[in-house]
Amino acid sequence: MGILIKEKSIVVPGDIIAEGMDYLPSLGCFREGKHVVSERLGLLNVDNRFIKVIPLTGSYVPKVGDTVIGEVKDMSFGAWFIDIGCAYDGTLMVRDATEFVEKDADLAQVYNFGDFVVAKIVKITRHSSIHITTKGPGLRKIQGGKVISVTPSKVPRVIGKQGSMVSMIKDGTNCTIVVGQNGKIWINGKNPDDELLATEAILKVENESHIDGLTDKIKAFLEKKK
Amino acid sequence: MSYTKRFDNRKFDEMRKIEAKVDIIPRADGSAMFKIGDTVAIAAVYGPRSLHPKFLQDPEKGILRCNYTMMPFSVSERIRPGPSRRSTEISLVTSKSLLPVLDLTKFPNAVVDVFIQIIQANAGTRCAGICAASMALAHAGIPMKDMVAAVSVGKVGDKIVIDLNKEEEDYEDGATDIPVAMTGRNHEVTLLQLDGEVTKEELMKGLEMARKGCLDIIEIQKKALREAIKENQNE
Repeated sequence: MGILIKEKSIVVPGDIIAEGMDYLPSLGCFREGKHVVSERLGLLNVDNRFIKVIPLTGSYVPKVGDTVIGEVKDMSFGAWFIDIGCAYDGTLMVRDATEFVEKDADLAQVYNFGDFVVAKIVKITRHSSIHITTKGPGLRKIQGGKVISVTPSKVPRVIGKQGSMVSMIKDGTNCTIVVGQNGKIWINGKNPDDELLATEAILKVENESHIDGLTDKIKAFLEKKK
Repeated sequence: MSYTKRFDNRKFDEMRKIEAKVDIIPRADGSAMFKIGDTVAIAAVYGPRSLHPKFLQDPEKGILRCNYTMMPFSVSERIRPGPSRRSTEISLVTSKSLLPVLDLTKFPNAVVDVFIQIIQANAGTRCAGICAASMALAHAGIPMKDMVAAVSVGKVGDKIVIDLNKEEEDYEDGATDIPVAMTGRNHEVTLLQLDGEVTKEELMKGLEMARKGCLDIIEIQKKALREAIKENQNE
């Protein structure tokens, strides 16, 4: 009875996590008879009676409240469709745009095809329509700089504990960096060399995310390149 | 003439040496390699991603597309690349063997693409492909109720054996090949094909053998998946 696998360990689909009715399955697991079974490859998290499996691999899964960076792919009468790197395009309604759009205005004048926006997910409907907004602090159309991609599962590593990693790269390269939860990162610096250095540093974090003491290593890397 | 000793000196219920590795293709959302003896399969999973043309979409759940291909150099005589009658059939049975464990209800109108490549073939390629695909799907973060493993059993001469190699498949006195895929917890059969002659008793004996083999394979799959995560998490 009770939890059969130690907390914080890695679980695989089909692993029996708990026995008996004392525990409730939440994210990434389900109940089968007396057992709670994992359905994801991820980290086991037990919060009181709730069992949760935090996915550690795979493509981006949109969540309400995530800040994402996406490219304008299509537009219709009252909305833009933004590619945010998952199976479904984000819908950005005219009323949710930062800029004021007059009635019957040409939407391409505001956000054109190929433009990148920093947006926030406000709502995900049951059949996976994703509503996003650019109204809010820090949300806007991207002007200048460049957008790079990293594996979505490595995003927490790029940000670091309380943003330590990304703020270190910001300070080391004098660039503005915005990290989208979908793995898209916007880098804007005063000159291209700074941007290049920031790109190199971020890709280094992605490739060596498993190494111990990565923060110190990146710090040394940035100082050496300066 | 009876078949008393296997060509490669294995026991009748002994599988070939198995190796499994996860996360081998950085560009894919999930990927895995599965090697059993001289048979090597790699699988790459892309998605869930949007599905076009639109008439293929299912607004209630996502669909699974499997694509099995043998590389031209995988067998001793070069095979023509591209889809064939055989590979189309195997793609279909592979997707049918994986679907019962997948939960695609969260991805309406989307598709999960699985590409299986056989790099080297020495019998049992569809089983190796299913094993690799199952790991790759788990690695891609697709919700799965269970893992799937597959192994072939068969009758060589008058003996029931597990995991036939090419030599045994071509045994002169006749061989029957039965690929079997099973889930890990409930031992549900998700694939069973049979080509040849076998009695009911022999089939039941073979299935029991396959069950044991599949459970061993699932342990290897799970270990490989855990190791792939650990490599990424050593901080």
